[in-house]
Amino acid sequence: MTVLITGISSKLGRLVAKELLAREHEVVGIDRRPWGDAPEGVEVLQTDIRKRPAEDIFRTRRPTAVVHMATVTHLMQRSADRFRVNLQGTRAVVQHCDTYGVEQLVFVGRHTYYGAAPDSPLYHTEDEPPMGLASFPELADLVAADLYAGSALWRFPKLSTAVLRVCYVLGPSKHGTLAAYLRGPRVPTVLGFDPLFQFIHENDAARAIASSLEAKLRGVFNVSGPPPTPLSVVIEQTGRSAVPVPAGIVNMALGRFGLPRLPKGAIDHIKYPIVIESGPFREAASFTHNFDEDQTMRDFRNAR
Amino acid sequence: MPTRFLPTNPAIAERVDRLDLPFSAHGIDPYGIDKRELGRFFTWMGWFYRRYFRAEVYGIEHVPARGSAMLVSNHQGGIALDAGMVLASVFFECEPPRLAQGMVEKFLASLPGSSHFTAKVGQVTGLPQHAERLLQDGRLLMVFPEGARGTAKLHHQSDSLVRFGTGFMRLALQTGSPIVPLAVIGAGDAFPTVANLYKLGKLVGAPYIPIPRYLLPIPRPTTFQILYSAPMRFEGDGTESDDLVVGYVEQVRLRIHWLIEQGRKLREGKLDPNDLEVT
Repeated sequence: MTVLITGISSKLGRLVAKELLAREHEVVGIDRRPWGDAPEGVEVLQTDIRKRPAEDIFRTRRPTAVVHMATVTHLMQRSADRFRVNLQGTRAVVQHCDTYGVEQLVFVGRHTYYGAAPDSPLYHTEDEPPMGLASFPELADLVAADLYAGSALWRFPKLSTAVLRVCYVLGPSKHGTLAAYLRGPRVPTVLGFDPLFQFIHENDAARAIASSLEAKLRGVFNVSGPPPTPLSVVIEQTGRSAVPVPAGIVNMALGRFGLPRLPKGAIDHIKYPIVIESGPFREAASFTHNFDEDQTMRDFRNAR
Repeated sequence: MPTRFLPTNPAIAERVDRLDLPFSAHGIDPYGIDKRELGRFFTWMGWFYRRYFRAEVYGIEHVPARGSAMLVSNHQGGIALDAGMVLASVFFECEPPRLAQGMVEKFLASLPGSSHFTAKVGQVTGLPQHAERLLQDGRLLMVFPEGARGTAKLHHQSDSLVRFGTGFMRLALQTGSPIVPLAVIGAGDAFPTVANLYKLGKLVGAPYIPIPRYLLPIPRPTTFQILYSAPMRFEGDGTESDDLVVGYVEQVRLRIHWLIEQGRKLREGKLDPNDLEVT
């Protein structure tokens, strides 16, 4: 089938494209960024998903399925533009899917939807509301985009929509939220807290997205790989050293002393766990992960 | 964590190895329980259990060797010493050893250090979702239906029972788990609360701050009697009417009340342990 990937030039987008090619699907992509060495047969249109040329792709190529990954996640950037891309962009994609008879839409969302708090349960299930917005308002547009995509399930019943809430993605590309947090040799942690972190190898994440298309999933699904690992073990196994900072001064210390900057709300994400239950996805998409937590951390650590 | 510098007794590490939990290569289970932390925890808890408090355990054979079960206990003594004694008793006396997993007050998860420690020794935040999941995973759940109302008992109220919640019974019905009623005697004497400071507690996020008779927040050495009775099973699926569920809860409460009476007699030397019938 012909699959359109929005946000194809991201590290994960490229992996999904290659995975779909390997499964003998035709791939077209849209992204504001170029993909210089795109594999043969992959057509990449460099434009914004809200613009007319993007709609033209739907009209001319008539994709059977769409993987929507064009959401801005860089949490430091809290601009009106980010809100527009994440919300108006998602709206445009859903509308075009309906107008041009797309059969399937996969929205790639994040497990941070659930938020981190001292009283949030381990192993979140898909029916839970987003509880982290009070402490982490920067996530509002991503959460809204997730819920908006989910509304396509009743607004456009002919379109088979799957909303995936994927845990942190880690791997040799060294891209993504968790990779950014682990970027430097010193990783700030909050003294007296060692939450569980759940991550999936980037190749497994790409396979999971491709499998969700082939299984024609409909509904909201959590996607995760191996069981969660405590932050202290993640830091140790990726060859970093933890810098425990007392909770009272953690905001002041970030961005100084060689420590990375984090948005204020993200502090809760390094104090409390966000762990999801992905049993329904594994069953519905017949998915099993190939990379365990050690292999994933090793691949991240050894990548240049 | 400072606990990292505490020693681990090799015999206890060997018991931790025999726990029927799905530990990863790093010694971590899916709930974040850490093997090394368990070894250190039971090393010092074992000293309290055997030397400082001298616990006497009766009817441990009633704790199922495997599979889900709910240990339902009375609760008293300000700082939840009884929970520690139950944890130690199923770890040291059961063959193979078992890990009881309790439901801790939410405020402990937000305190630095305690958040780290409680999760690593299997004591998860008190949420119904956690309890249900642990039982579905075949774990041993430790429940105090009196909750913080129980630990708030003053010394002269020790060995009484306050109102039981009903949530535990619905969970037992829903998951088909047996209930093992038990009583712990001694927590009230070890920590004789004379007052609870609720306003001060509110300031630090705790339900209250218990003040013992001698002011220092240190438990006194005393003996503990821990009595387990035969598992009780109730028929249902958890959607039963409140009237029915309250009736079931009352049966468990009466059993615990009876265990407390037996335990008191043992403690006061009015009952010979050989004459005790724990059913």
